[in-house]
Formats: sequence, C-alpha cells, structure tokens
Amino acid sequence: MTDATYVSPLAGQRSTSARFGRIALRAGLYAMLILFALWYLMPLFVMITTSLKSLDEIRTGSLVALPREITFEPWRIAWSQACTGTQCEGLKPFMWNSVIIAIPGVLISTLIGALNGYVFAQWRFRGANMIFALLLFGCFIPFQVVLLPMAKMLGILHLAGTIPGLILVHTIYGLGFTTLFFRNYYVTIPQELVRAAKIDGAAFFRIFWSIFLPLSLPIIVVSVIWQFTQIWNDFLFGVSFSGPGTQPVTVALNNIVNSTTGVKAYNVDMASAIIAALPTLFVYVVAGKYFIRGLTAGSVKG
Amino acid sequence: MSNLLERWVPKVVLAPTFVAVLIFVYGFIGWTAWISLTKSKIMPRYEIDGFDQYTKLFATPRWDTAMNNLYLFGGLFIVISMVLGLMLAIFLDQKIRTEGVIRTIYLYPMALSMIVTGTAWKWILNPQHGIEAMVQGWGFAGFRFDWLVNPDMAIYTIVLAGVWQSSGFVMALFLAGLRSVDGEIIKAAQVDGIPNWRIYTAIIIPSMAPIFLSAFIVLSHLAIKSFDLVVALTGGGPGYATDLPATYMYAMAFSRGNLGQAASSAMIMMAVVFAIVVPYLYSELRAKHD
Amino acid sequence: MAPILDIKHLRKSYGPVDILKDINVSIEPGDFLVLVGPSGCGKSTLLNCIAGLEPITGGQLQIAGQDMTHVSPKDRNIAMVFQSYALYPTMTVAKNITFGMKVRGVDQANQQAKLKEVAELLQIDHLLNRKPGQLSGGQRQRVAMGRALVREPALFLFDEPLSNLDAKLRVEMRTEIKKLHQTLNASIVYVTHDQIEAMTLATKIVVMKGGVIQQIGTPAEIYNQPANLFVADFMGSPAMNLIPAKVARDGGSHRIEITRPGEAPLVLSDPRPLDLPGDVIMGLRPEDIAEAGFRAGAQVQQASCMVDMVEPAGADTYVVSSLGGRQVTARLHAETSARAGQPLDLAFDLAKVSYFAPQTGERLN
Repeated sequence: MTDATYVSPLAGQRSTSARFGRIALRAGLYAMLILFALWYLMPLFVMITTSLKSLDEIRTGSLVALPREITFEPWRIAWSQACTGTQCEGLKPFMWNSVIIAIPGVLISTLIGALNGYVFAQWRFRGANMIFALLLFGCFIPFQVVLLPMAKMLGILHLAGTIPGLILVHTIYGLGFTTLFFRNYYVTIPQELVRAAKIDGAAFFRIFWSIFLPLSLPIIVVSVIWQFTQIWNDFLFGVSFSGPGTQPVTVALNNIVNSTTGVKAYNVDMASAIIAALPTLFVYVVAGKYFIRGLTAGSVKG
Repeated sequence: MSNLLERWVPKVVLAPTFVAVLIFVYGFIGWTAWISLTKSKIMPRYEIDGFDQYTKLFATPRWDTAMNNLYLFGGLFIVISMVLGLMLAIFLDQKIRTEGVIRTIYLYPMALSMIVTGTAWKWILNPQHGIEAMVQGWGFAGFRFDWLVNPDMAIYTIVLAGVWQSSGFVMALFLAGLRSVDGEIIKAAQVDGIPNWRIYTAIIIPSMAPIFLSAFIVLSHLAIKSFDLVVALTGGGPGYATDLPATYMYAMAFSRGNLGQAASSAMIMMAVVFAIVVPYLYSELRAKHD
Repeated sequence: MAPILDIKHLRKSYGPVDILKDINVSIEPGDFLVLVGPSGCGKSTLLNCIAGLEPITGGQLQIAGQDMTHVSPKDRNIAMVFQSYALYPTMTVAKNITFGMKVRGVDQANQQAKLKEVAELLQIDHLLNRKPGQLSGGQRQRVAMGRALVREPALFLFDEPLSNLDAKLRVEMRTEIKKLHQTLNASIVYVTHDQIEAMTLATKIVVMKGGVIQQIGTPAEIYNQPANLFVADFMGSPAMNLIPAKVARDGGSHRIEITRPGEAPLVLSDPRPLDLPGDVIMGLRPEDIAEAGFRAGAQVQQASCMVDMVEPAGADTYVVSSLGGRQVTARLHAETSARAGQPLDLAFDLAKVSYFAPQTGERLN
C-alpha cells in the first residue's frame, strides 16, 4: 500500500466543460487534506513547543505559541530527575527496563512465530487448522480476562514483579500475531518448494534454515516492528505485573504525569512523553512501510 | 522409519505454543470464569457460589456507567473513525502529489503509546492552559471548553483522542481497499459514462465490504480493550464519569481487592468481544476452507 | 528385466474420499510413462504417491525392485521436476543444482564435476551464478531438469513441467525432453493434462479419470483402440466423432443406420465379424472421414452429406455435418470445394471405426 506506484484509475479524469470548477475542487481537496494534516500534527507540535518552554512562559503564553526562549532543562529533568512516585531518577532507568523487556520479547516471539507459521503453512497435519483457530481466537481476547490468573501464575513461578515475568507475558501473548504474520507469508510460497527439498534429501529444519529463512526478511521486519511497538507501548501488563524498579517506560511516564506532589511541570511531562514515544516514532519513520504492513496484516486476519 | 520420525517434527515444534495457548489463554479464561462464580475478595476462593457476582455487578451504578460509557465511546469512536478514515482515503485516492508525506502524517499517531496520546491531549484540553485559555487569550473571554473536567462531556475527550490516534490507520486500510478494486470494472464504468462519485458509491465502496468489516472488528476490539487512554487522559474521572469496563476491572482487581467483581467484569468484557469477533472469525475461517 | 516401477493395488483416500482406486501400473527400464487425464483425475496425486510425498492408504509400490511403500522421498532413488519448477529462490542456479548433493554430503569436487556435466548437457553453463528470479521460463525449466539430472536417479518424475510455458516454448521443450529421454535412456513418469504431449512423448500412456485407470497402452493403442467413450473423447484433437447409430444384422455384416435432420438416414455397412447390439455409439476420428475420392481402402464407403460449416485450418479444412444428432467433423484436404449449406460426398473408413455400448461406454469391438 505504501508502494505508491499505483495510480488510482479515477485520478486525472478530465471534464472538458468545467475547467474552473475542477481547479476549485482540487484546491478544496488540498485544503481539506492540509487541514487534517494540521489536526494530526497539532498535538506533536504542542508537545514539542511546550517541552522547550519554561514554566513561566507556559503560564503566560499561548498553547500554540513558539517558545520565546528555548530551554532544554525540562528534557534533562525528564530524563534523569523527574519523580515517578517516590523515586526521582527520571525516565532513564525505565527506558532501559523497556529495552530489556522488549528485546527478548521480540526475538523469542518472532522466532517461535516463524517456526509455527512454517508448520501451519507448509507442514499441515490433521488438527493443525484447529490449533490455528485456537491461536487466532487468542489474539482477540481482552487481556483483562487473563490478568488475574497471570498474576497468580507469575507468583507461582517466582516471576511476579520481575523483568523476566514481563518478558514471558509479552512473548506468550505476542505469539498469536507473530504466528499469523509468518503463516500468512509462508502460505504464499508454493508447497512444491518443500517437496523439491524433501526429494533433495533435506528435512524439516534444514528446509526452514536453507530455504525459508533466507526468504523471510520482509516478514521478519514486520514481525519485529509489530512486536516491538506492542511491547514498548504496552501499559496494562506493565502496570499490572511490574514491581518497584521494573516498570516499563509507559508506566513511569504515567506516574510522572499523574504525580500529585509539587508544582505541575507541564514542560517536563511533555518532554517525558516525547522521550517515551521516540523509539516507536523512530521505527515508524524509518520503516513505516513495514509498520503499516504489520498493522494491516494484523487486522485483516486469516 | 525416519519417515515416521519426520512426520512428528512439525507437531513437536508446535507443541510448546499449543500448550502455552491452552494454559495461558483457555486455562486462564477458565480460571477467571471460575473465580467469577465464587465469593473471592482479596484472595481467590474456589467454592462455587453461583452468579451472585454478576447480579452484584449489574446492580453497581459504577459498572452501569462503565457499560454506558463503553457503548457511547465505542459507538462514536467506531463511527467517526470509519467515516473520517473513508473520507480521507477517498481524498488521498485522487492522485495527490504529496500522498506519501500526507499519509505518513495521518498515520503516525498509531505508532504512539496511548499513554503518550493521553498525556498530550490532557495538556491540550486542560482548561487552565490549553485550548480554552488559548481562545480566551485571543479575546473571546467567555469561551468555555472544559470537557476534560465536565462529568457530562469528559467521555467525549476520550472519543476525540481515540479518533485522533486510530483514524489514520482506518484511512490506510480503506486506501489499500480502494486500490485493490479491479481496475477493469472501473474502466468499464467510466466508458459507460458513470460519474466519478457514482463509481465510488455504486461500485468501489460496496466491493469493500470485507474491509469495512475488518476495520469494524479492529476498532471495536480497541474500544473494548481501551484502558491506557482513559488512565492517561482522565484517570476515569471526574468521579467515575469516564470509567470503562477495562478500568473498572482493573480497579476491582488491583486497588479494591475484589477478585470476584474483577473476574465477572472481565468475563462480561470477553463476552462482548466474542459476540463481535466470533461470528467474524468463524466466517473467515470457513471462507478459507472452501 | 525387472520392472523399474511396479505399483500394485495402490489406494489413496483423504478421510472418506477415495482419490485413487486400485491402481496397477508397471514400467520397464527406459519406458516413458505418461499419466494423462482431466484435472482432478488423481494423476498428480499418483505421482506424489510414487515420490513418497503423499502417504498411500493401501497397496504396494516398488522402485527398481525394492519395496518403497513406506520409504521417505529422499531414499526412493528418484528425482522430480515440478510444475512451478520449485527452484529455491534465494540460491543461485549452481546452488540449486548442487543443494541435494550438499545435503547428502557429496564432496565438493564431485559436486562441481556433476554440475559442470549437467550444465553443459542442458546448455545452462552461462546461467550458473544467476538467481531463479533473473531467468526466463524456459531457462528455469532447464535448471529444474538439471537439478533432477544430477541425482542420476532410477526414476524421473515430471509433474506437468511444461504447463507454465507459452505455446512455442512448450513445443521446443517437449522435443528437448524427448531427446533427453533418448540420450539418457532414462525411465520417466510424466504427468500432463495435455493429450498431445502424452501422444508425442510417451512409450506408454495411462489415461485416468476419477481416480481410476481407464486404459493403459502405447500411444497408438490409446488413439486407435480407445477402451471406452471417455478415452475416445479425451485423446485426439479435434475429438473423435461419437455418433449414435442403430445396428441391424444383414447376413454376415452389420447394417448401420444414422439419423439425419430433414434427410433420409445415412446407411453404412460393416462387414467385419462382430457381435454388436441394436444401439451403439460409433466412434470415428475426423481423419477417417475424407472427401470422396481422396481415401482408398477395402472398407471405405461413400455417402452424400449436408455441409453445415467449413473451417479452414491451413493444412487441413474441417467440415462439419449433422449426423445422428451430433456435429460430426471430417478432416478434409485444404483445397476442398466444400461449401456450407451444400451437399458433399464423404468417404467413411469403416475399418477404423470403434463401437461403444451407449450405457456402459465400453468398447465393443
């Protein structure tokens, strides 16, 4: 969809009679598009400008005004001093928590998802469709329904409030989607490839390693980005299963913003929000195509 | 004999996932369902007690508010996102020169955490310093825009922020749909002299029914699960004015220490999701089999 | 000599659905066996069963004298060429060809020697460093064959290998496969739905329908003595004329009467010692109906027929006439004077006629 080479067949239709009307229509069209672009950009703009203003200027100036005097102090505070509850070390330690939750969570669920998808697409057996359906339903459950037993299970496993506990949770509930991505990708690869390789003497893992994995780069990127975004942006699991010191960045951000002690430092809030959003925004900007592909693949299921 | 062994490999590979899904999805749902039928308070108890928790739940005004909010928020969020998404997709389908840039702008909110979205809008909608103050500063001293702190209007701020976050994604779905329509059919319609807007309303949009369906599924799923946005934007307040089932469940589970209520509210949420998703998935899987 | 492939009472079913029913085929070394039939007849499934890619439900399968019924594909001493070629997309042509040897642990020097030999034979030496995506359809086809050839198997399996090529290339590659068969004296099982491919390539043809073998025979046998109506109709283009007729004993011979619209019935006489029932379907190839004076033979009989349509096809001209309620096609020479709507004297070669029972469809003579 992002490969914009395709041109709508309706585009460029020429109506000979109403040339002026056509131009007016195009102008209106562009005006609308720009208006909406501004609407989508406005919060980001406000966040950035606010984060660069001093508190005084925020109190006296307008919401959309550019900062008269740019200060990076709020950013510094957000990064290393802002209080999340009783702790006042800024977002830094929590960013790191999110990183070490996300990396194994992404890698493990992508690897298992790839193998699962490979089985579902190319090595079907009796009952495989049933298992796939069970997995697919799992993608849709509201996580609230597993929240209580998961808390108990993590307790049993001595993982309550730990980073490995959060990695486990994210890996398990990410498997449905990663499996779906790989399955839908591998299903487009002709079965004859596996057959040819079987006759060549290769077995299950050899075929996966030598033939399928080298083909999989695009879908690996989709899966990695999807899982990374999901885990990084997660709040529910983070707030439910983390302990003091193991919270991910979203939880820390929420704590900074909602901490009731002291003067509300809106500029620090905004700087914190941007810092928390930067990794996923960065991924979106450099690999938007794969990001969108994951979103659409994740929604148009089956 | 190695042939026999090979036939087992795929099953062995799938086994851990299968077991994990059985335990962590279906087993856990079962556990929650069980707890919802007990008198569990702060600790789980396993003696079945019947449907008391559900009776209690439906008699709770706060839950009532939460469900009403879900219908109101869900309905508006889905309808506005779809209408806006479709409109923007059609606009963008008109051979727009800067399409790539515009699309990137429309879609970036989807990359943000709902906590970030909530934080940003909370600031913008803040009556003291946000839009209200800004417009008053322009000289309209009587201007009021206090939705965030007005119990009757606060739920609409959630709709606003939700639509802001998700409509670009719906636009992307629809745009992909518009472009997958068979070009020959459109050419045939053009040759027949059918005006552009009629081609959209009579040919392209009806052929996108599956996309409407998946957009609807995704949005309703998002709506029912939304938790982060409410937490970050309103915290469920003022009072309980913007409580959703998700926040109600969380409050019961982790701050009120009422596992029975938490479990029964989670089961209701799942029932709502499945009422929407199961028929869809069923038809999808069936269609794939034929 | 022992048969290279021997299939006895092979059955294959998916749950309650029988895909293959009691298949019995055997071929000698050097045979080119073609499995032909309409799509869904089970021919590809049979090939996959021979390859070991599909487990069989019942029966027995031997390759080169060894029981292979439950042996995995890699140990069956076979090689296979697929319809989509199934080239490994991320590997170069050379790697595609040597992958099997590498998996089997053949040493490098040997791999390279075999690769070189096969690449020369198939004239693909200049393509060895390319990826499949950079090759034309014909080149991919050659690489797929190269991958099979390096294995030097007891039996080659081809699964509709030419169906993805355009018409011209298909004819070229057909000739090439035939040449290869002759040079290597290889044993081949080849699946196709194209009856012309079957006729030109095979030393032995198996015609299948609905999972059942309809007929096994040489191309000439299949063409001239089809075992039933299905085979008669399926093999040959244009198809064999199948004309309902009434038969009456007339001394030692049979009097055959074919109805015609708005005309007296066409009457022919078959003097051969046959035992035909009162109703038959008479099968006659278009080339066995000629313009009067252009066909000689003991059993050639002439009759005037109304021409409904004339279709010049370059080398031949096809003439269509309505006989027995069917559109009957005759294959005439190009310079025929036939005109649509005018009668024409046609010569029917009764020596070539096949008779079928209308109910069972089985051959009667």
